[in-house]
Amino acid sequence: MEPTKTIFLSDEDIELLINDMAVTYGYDFSDYSKASFKRRIERLLMIDHLSSFAELRYRILHDESYFQHVVEEISVTVTEMLRDPGFYRILRDTVVPLLATYPFIKVWHAGCATGEEVYSMAILLQEAGLLHKTLLYATDMNPAALAKARSGIFPLSQMQQYSKNYVASGGTRDFSSYYTASYHLAQFDPALSEKMIFATHNLVTDFSFNSFQLILCRNVLIYFNKKLQDRVLSLFDESLEANGFLALGTKESIRFSSVAPKYKQIAGKEKLWKKVK
Amino acid sequence: MTYPASLVAIGGSAGSLQVILTLLDTINAGFSIPVLLVLHRDPQGESRLEELLSFRSHLVVKEVEDKDIVERGHLYLCPADYHVLIEDDGSFSLDYSEKEHFSRPSIDLAFRAAADVYKEKLVGILLSGANADGAAGLRYIKERKGTTVVQQPADALVRYMPDQALQQSSADFILTGAELTHFLQRLYYVSP
Ligand SMILES: C[S@@+](CC[C@H](N)C(=O)[O-])C[C@H]1O[C@@H](n2cnc3c(N)ncnc32)[C@H](O)[C@@H]1O
Repeated sequence: MEPTKTIFLSDEDIELLINDMAVTYGYDFSDYSKASFKRRIERLLMIDHLSSFAELRYRILHDESYFQHVVEEISVTVTEMLRDPGFYRILRDTVVPLLATYPFIKVWHAGCATGEEVYSMAILLQEAGLLHKTLLYATDMNPAALAKARSGIFPLSQMQQYSKNYVASGGTRDFSSYYTASYHLAQFDPALSEKMIFATHNLVTDFSFNSFQLILCRNVLIYFNKKLQDRVLSLFDESLEANGFLALGTKESIRFSSVAPKYKQIAGKEKLWKKVK
Repeated sequence: MTYPASLVAIGGSAGSLQVILTLLDTINAGFSIPVLLVLHRDPQGESRLEELLSFRSHLVVKEVEDKDIVERGHLYLCPADYHVLIEDDGSFSLDYSEKEHFSRPSIDLAFRAAADVYKEKLVGILLSGANADGAAGLRYIKERKGTTVVQQPADALVRYMPDQALQQSSADFILTGAELTHFLQRLYYVSP
């Protein structure tokens, strides 16, 4: 096949597209980080072998199922189990023991993608004997990613890396006891997913739906501009109980947000905050 | 001749670190144009690169965090395993999307995003490496009237990357590692 030539878009193209999607489908990407949004769209033109920007625009406007595909491609679902083991170690050593003091634990994974992060958390809670009294709410705007998350089936080829992450995060069991392998797939223990609730939730437009002692939103805010980051962090603030914990990705921060003064970072380098006010 | 610049973006892979260290050792203390270093690094090894560079440089060395603002007198290092992009307001955005040329950070992506924002006020420099990443990015910079520099292939420890760049577009300057210092000192800062 002919390699498709990369088509580069202008700021005006991007604005037109954002406007089309907002008016036609109610999805508002105007406060996404522009540089990475542009790359998503340029990549879409390439993988779908579209010949021009006009063709892309036309298809989005006239074909709702194609638009759903566009949303799925805009969403970057790259993820990993126990990604950043140092973070999970602090979670295990510092946060989980505090969660244990609650009669009933509620955790929110916002932007959970294909769910690896939620299964990681479930393993931590199960090892601490807390999973039975926990509910893990896992949301994302991408329904296709959520369907994968629900299945609890991940590529077997990843397990070696995940097992390393597990050990580095302070895990002491045999990681392979958490899944059964068949062909190239690993099916995770249904006991882990019993306490998970998956639902679509768009951080741009949807509201707070419960209150939690721990909210994780890792590697999602990097795709938003400062204004949208602030909105989302306020939404988390509304949804977090007093003394609750907020976890972000390793390169993310709350320092530009209006809620920052209410939070105290625990454990130096890891992106974990306690709500103190 | 002197050249105006708002940002100097340097891309490198295998064999580029030595050039960068020499550059930092020899650049004079008055140099204050922000520098973005896009290096292919090993995502597994907890790297001490930030420390190593701070030790050698009078510039403030900082590994980029999401939405950091580009400031004068700073040398920004792309964190391992994230793409680094730049927004119109002069802030960095990190991105964890697909690798490009098997690389994250990708030099192409960083160069393109920087060129969109800084246009003719961007200087892009591509050094030694065994990868084709950066070549297309350099061409993109040139198409937007930025200034492009390629390390002289014969001077590079691994000449593949400079060779690729020169195949895709002609560079404004082809320099040895030693000449780079002198080149950088002929740049003067202009606001974006
Ligand atoms: C890189 S993944 C993060 C996965 C996981 N939290 C991690 O750190 O590995 C980013 C996710 O954010 C989701 N996302 C992007 N915009 C969103 C929005 N407006 N509302 C909800 N989720 C969103 C994407 O669909 C994607 O699944």
